[in-house]
Amino acid sequence: MAKEIEISCADNAARSAQAEEELLNCEKMQLTMGPSHPATHGVLRLQLEVDGEIVTKCTPVVGYLHRGDDKLAENMTYNQFVPFTDRLDYLAPICNNVAYALTVEKLAGLEVPARCAALRVLTCELSRISSHLLGLGVYAMDTGALTVFLTTYTERERIYTLFEELTGQRLTNSYTRIGGVTHDVPAGWLDRVEKACDSILKGVDEMEGLLSRNKIFLDRTKDIAVITKEMALQYGLTGVNLRCAGIESDIRKSRPYSGYEQYDFDIPVGSVGDCYDRYLLKTEEIRQSVRIVRQVCKTLPDGPIFAEDAKNICLPPKNRVLSGMEDLIQNFMITTHGPQIPAGEAYFEAENPKGALGFFIHSKGGGKPYRLHVRGPSFVSLSTLPVLIPGCFITDIPAILGSLDFVQGECDR
Amino acid sequence: MLSEKDLELQKHLLEAYPYVTERPGSADHASVDVPADKALEFARALRDVEGFAAIQECCGCDWGVDASPRFSAIWHLYNYDKHLYVRMNVYAPDNAKPEVPSMCPIWAGANWHEREAYDLVGVRFAGHPDLRRIMMWDAYPYHPLRKDFPLAGVEVPFPDADTVAQTGVKVMPAPQNGGPFVSGCGHTLRTSEPFGRDQEWRENNRKG
Amino acid sequence: MSSTNTEVGYNSKIEGGVVVTKLDAALNWIRSHSVWPMPMGLACCAIEFMSASCSRFDISRFGMEVTRFSPRQADCMIVAGTVTYKMAEAVRRIYDQMAEPKWVVAMGACASSGGMFRSYSTLQGVDRIIPVDVYISGCPTRPEALFDGLMALQEMIAKEPALRLLKRERPVKPLYFS
Repeated sequence: MAKEIEISCADNAARSAQAEEELLNCEKMQLTMGPSHPATHGVLRLQLEVDGEIVTKCTPVVGYLHRGDDKLAENMTYNQFVPFTDRLDYLAPICNNVAYALTVEKLAGLEVPARCAALRVLTCELSRISSHLLGLGVYAMDTGALTVFLTTYTERERIYTLFEELTGQRLTNSYTRIGGVTHDVPAGWLDRVEKACDSILKGVDEMEGLLSRNKIFLDRTKDIAVITKEMALQYGLTGVNLRCAGIESDIRKSRPYSGYEQYDFDIPVGSVGDCYDRYLLKTEEIRQSVRIVRQVCKTLPDGPIFAEDAKNICLPPKNRVLSGMEDLIQNFMITTHGPQIPAGEAYFEAENPKGALGFFIHSKGGGKPYRLHVRGPSFVSLSTLPVLIPGCFITDIPAILGSLDFVQGECDR
Repeated sequence: MLSEKDLELQKHLLEAYPYVTERPGSADHASVDVPADKALEFARALRDVEGFAAIQECCGCDWGVDASPRFSAIWHLYNYDKHLYVRMNVYAPDNAKPEVPSMCPIWAGANWHEREAYDLVGVRFAGHPDLRRIMMWDAYPYHPLRKDFPLAGVEVPFPDADTVAQTGVKVMPAPQNGGPFVSGCGHTLRTSEPFGRDQEWRENNRKG
Repeated sequence: MSSTNTEVGYNSKIEGGVVVTKLDAALNWIRSHSVWPMPMGLACCAIEFMSASCSRFDISRFGMEVTRFSPRQADCMIVAGTVTYKMAEAVRRIYDQMAEPKWVVAMGACASSGGMFRSYSTLQGVDRIIPVDVYISGCPTRPEALFDGLMALQEMIAKEPALRLLKRERPVKPLYFS
């Protein structure tokens, strides 16, 4: 009798252990984050499998902002596509404009005048500052520090004001054309840029004071989502996300374009690869960009802002169009038929705030690209999420997304 | 123009790998055509021997409805030591069912790029772990970047049945009026703009 | 505010600050000055919405600063950005989750009419799936234009028959409880 009871006890124990295990296994929950969630910065959806607070699997779903830019580009002339590039990475539109213009110019074998190149560098770096300011502000807001966002956005507004003076638009500037830029600097603008730089540096210091040694911020970002060297290379990460892993690579240094080799600046490189490193790198990049901006302001060369020799690519200056017959015809031909770009293929990447923005253009000659493909750095950053997020807490996800600094417009195109 | 380094790389690749051919028309980087059956082998050599550690992008291309081979996939790879790119093009042998080998075993980052190429151009990638649509919704029946697909799109079922039941919305061709950004003449905005034509809620037909 | 009996309405010695008005006017006055917007941030316009809510432009000056990201707590949806067909379902569902009375602002060209993206994947105007009250132009909309639109919305709310709106039947079936 006693033996029987023992056996049934053992049975019961085994059964309850099994039941417990089943219970544990089936406790995984499916959680959908997005596509409308304040921490996803746009229309990203994360399909999460969570075990308690720990994420065990993450499947990002993108494409909620797929607007068909590749197809649109095939159906319009090269200059008409410039406004669409604004809306790729809409935090730093001029960087996209410049990357696109440089790709087409490379295909055409066109060199822009020195003043135009310097203006492009200047506006690019200002865009980079404004993008990082917003990126860091939102990052801080997601980790619970709202004040930082207001501070950085105030500085960002200064850059908006400068851009509005220069290009006529706050956000979507469309500053470049194939072979040049649209506007020369207004009187006194460079001084105002210098002044804005001073105040931006102050703003960055203030932000660092609020964040860098903030216990909550440190707890939420240190050793979270570490990107290793191998992973960064395997996935083709670029920009800050690559450099935080300790790889010193910046296209501005390694394959200088638009005259970046003339300016003196450093490339900050991370050592750990976690979210905190990415924050530090972005902060330092703002300072380096300010350095570049100051150098350009001092050394801005004189001269035309358009490659005026390329008669079948560049629009003539507007004041000449209305007075000269030849210029009028040139203007008409380029506006209606597009810049005449020779047949060929080109792939160009520019160092954007989010990473390397690449354009691949296949041209069969004429005014329209045959095939245009955009390589969005955000697309690449997001493709690492299935590897980065599992093992983290749900509360880490806003910090990870904020630190990766992606934009859906560029990811989905 | 190709720089000296690019030309050197191009020459080296053509000599070291006799099965690849030069891809004409490159304005910047070393550029090669690789036959589909040798593509994986070549890619592995690029990564392990030539030092192209990072994949930058992959894009599918449609070379025209009548072209043969019609489809291809183009990868751009980057060498972080020499700071050089290489362009690798693989034509799909079959026009009706285009398929090229996937580079996912070699670069993990190829995953999403190839999904995008599959989604938009319809090139299949053999050996891809998760070949699903990524930009369009799963049930979308076309590959929009093919040359015979109109920019405006075509009428297909709306992805969500509930929304259709509530609003009667349809996936319709976008109005083009003769081309992107060409304003139509001869008729008013009300007839040429999409919301002028089929809007349920208007000034004289208020909501509620 | 109208009152026929000035004794009751204005003599604070008698009743201590009583104001006689129509219920409609009172309700609308409350509603139009306590709009809780929910930014449906989809693309570039969402960045300009951020500008609008930050220090320089400061949306709180107009009684709309309580930005809520939960549709249950908001009563004005600001659709800021391009709505694609893939996203349309989510936009509609979020609209359905908002409590009555609710209003929709289409911010920017994309939300109003598809804007510059006349392509196979873009919904040509969010008014195809949800009823829009105010359209704001711009690509992206400037913060000032957004305020103008929101003030137009406030004026519109002030003129609505408030009680009928309270009783209004929901135009759609609630998705989540069926």
